[in-house]
Amino acid sequence: MNILVCASLVPDTSAKIGVADDGKKINPQGVKFILNPYDEFAIEEGLQLKEKHGGSVTTVTVGTPASKEVLQRALAMGSDAAVLINDPHSSDSFVVASSIAEYAKELSPDIIIFGKQSIDFDSFAVPGMVAQLLELPNVSIVSTLTIDGTTVTAECDIEGGKEKVTCSLPCIVSAQKGLNDPRYPKLPDIMKAKSKPITERAVSSVQSRTETVSMTLPDLKRLNKIYSDSDADIAELVRLLHEEAKVI
Amino acid sequence: MLVFLETGVNGLKRSSYEAITAARKVAGGKKVCGVVFNATAEQIAAAGAYGLESCINVIGSGVTEYANGVWALTIADAAKQCGAQTVLFSANAHGKDLAPRVAVLLEAGLLVDCVELDGTPDNIEAVRPIFGGRVLQKVRSTTPVTVVTVRPNVFTAKTIESATQPQESQISISDSAQVRSAVVKETIVNQGRLDVSEADIVVSGGRGLKAPEHFELIENLARVLGGAVGASRAVVDAGWRPHSEQVGQTGKTVSPTMYVACGISGAVQHLAGMSSSKIIVAVNKDKDAPIFKMADYGIVGDVFDVLPKLTSGIATITHKN
Repeated sequence: MNILVCASLVPDTSAKIGVADDGKKINPQGVKFILNPYDEFAIEEGLQLKEKHGGSVTTVTVGTPASKEVLQRALAMGSDAAVLINDPHSSDSFVVASSIAEYAKELSPDIIIFGKQSIDFDSFAVPGMVAQLLELPNVSIVSTLTIDGTTVTAECDIEGGKEKVTCSLPCIVSAQKGLNDPRYPKLPDIMKAKSKPITERAVSSVQSRTETVSMTLPDLKRLNKIYSDSDADIAELVRLLHEEAKVI
Repeated sequence: MLVFLETGVNGLKRSSYEAITAARKVAGGKKVCGVVFNATAEQIAAAGAYGLESCINVIGSGVTEYANGVWALTIADAAKQCGAQTVLFSANAHGKDLAPRVAVLLEAGLLVDCVELDGTPDNIEAVRPIFGGRVLQKVRSTTPVTVVTVRPNVFTAKTIESATQPQESQISISDSAQVRSAVVKETIVNQGRLDVSEADIVVSGGRGLKAPEHFELIENLARVLGGAVGASRAVVDAGWRPHSEQVGQTGKTVSPTMYVACGISGAVQHLAGMSSSKIIVAVNKDKDAPIFKMADYGIVGDVFDVLPKLTSGIATITHKN
């Protein structure tokens, strides 16, 4: 089975984020970057499919040379090959999707696995766009995945429940937390991964279809009316929720 | 404007009415048209109250089983048919699944999970939370057609005064031989449980509850409030609660009218999932817990003392028990 996994580098969830002087992007200074948490499930699923069905795992990322960190992590976990699609301008989802689709056309994978979203721009857009560009079926937010021959059965999360979905290979899936238990790479593998080759290629020549007008920090001001646990204060809270906030 | 609508138990889903309300905000005098699969005349009529003027009803074979590939193609064809400059979805599971495909089919810029919309159908500016709500991005498309998804529970569904009966037209599903879809074979519903992402009120518990059986306190408060039960990552990872209840970075993003955090310290990852709630209430025994900075109302105290009192106090107003 020819498996393609897509992963990305994102700011750490707890990093304090500021806006750059141009007001259109974040200021990366002092921000720690990590492998997108959902992509760990994608890489692990790729490796498990390879262990079950044979074949090879290629991990691809679209980003700057800093994103090689993601590829080295994937290689340390057991990915066979790694590809960096150089995108110096942090393009929009459509350019990222087109770049991956163009590469996938050359590789012809049986399955392409994504994390369900990247936690930086939270767009949920790239897997579906790649699916449409390649005219492949895709399943989003997958929490269980079984492949039998060319038949793919998956469970995916929806509001208030799950859907049991089927399609056939080749296909695209995006991984939800709980799909598997990602392995921790061992130290020797981490060291070896640093010297493994990373193939580089250029980003797609298609144009972005969206543009950022501005980025601002949200106004997180709240009422901050904090009370003690006395009976009188609890009664006062109930009154305020009813009469002031009017939520009950 | 074309709005993707989903059928619900009574009429359409609330998220569809919200999407109509959001569309009307930027319609600028343009018609608001819907596209829906397998709707009854009553369901389409119900949407009229929210200002839907016409509706394309997809009927015939293939309309009962959700299949993202052919459904996206059908929606894109409907958008072309009515000359829509903007196609709008709720950013729920199916909306988020369909919108990227429809955007590619219409060569449209995609604006995702928007919490504010401004402008006119040919020039929409949207605001969306990114980096887990730590930054707001104002974004617009650079293409003639724009596809937008709006975060559930943010645009409150509003009925209009001069409601009319939406004009219905019928089409069948677009040629499916060309498209390979993933097809839904079965839908498993969490019986009797309100989902956190759809609830008006969410009561969440964290590690401060100390043991899974103490979630009874959370369930009791949720019941008198008519809300859903949520959970922090810590208690989901510990196996106390199912992942479907998890609020936060690796769980669900919610924007309820009221969010009650009980025994949750308020890690950044949790705040990412609930910071757009309208009113936030916190109960925690640590007065320095970060959740209080995010709270409109808070009680510094032990959840085991406070929650039963709060529950009975609220029950006297809501008359639920």
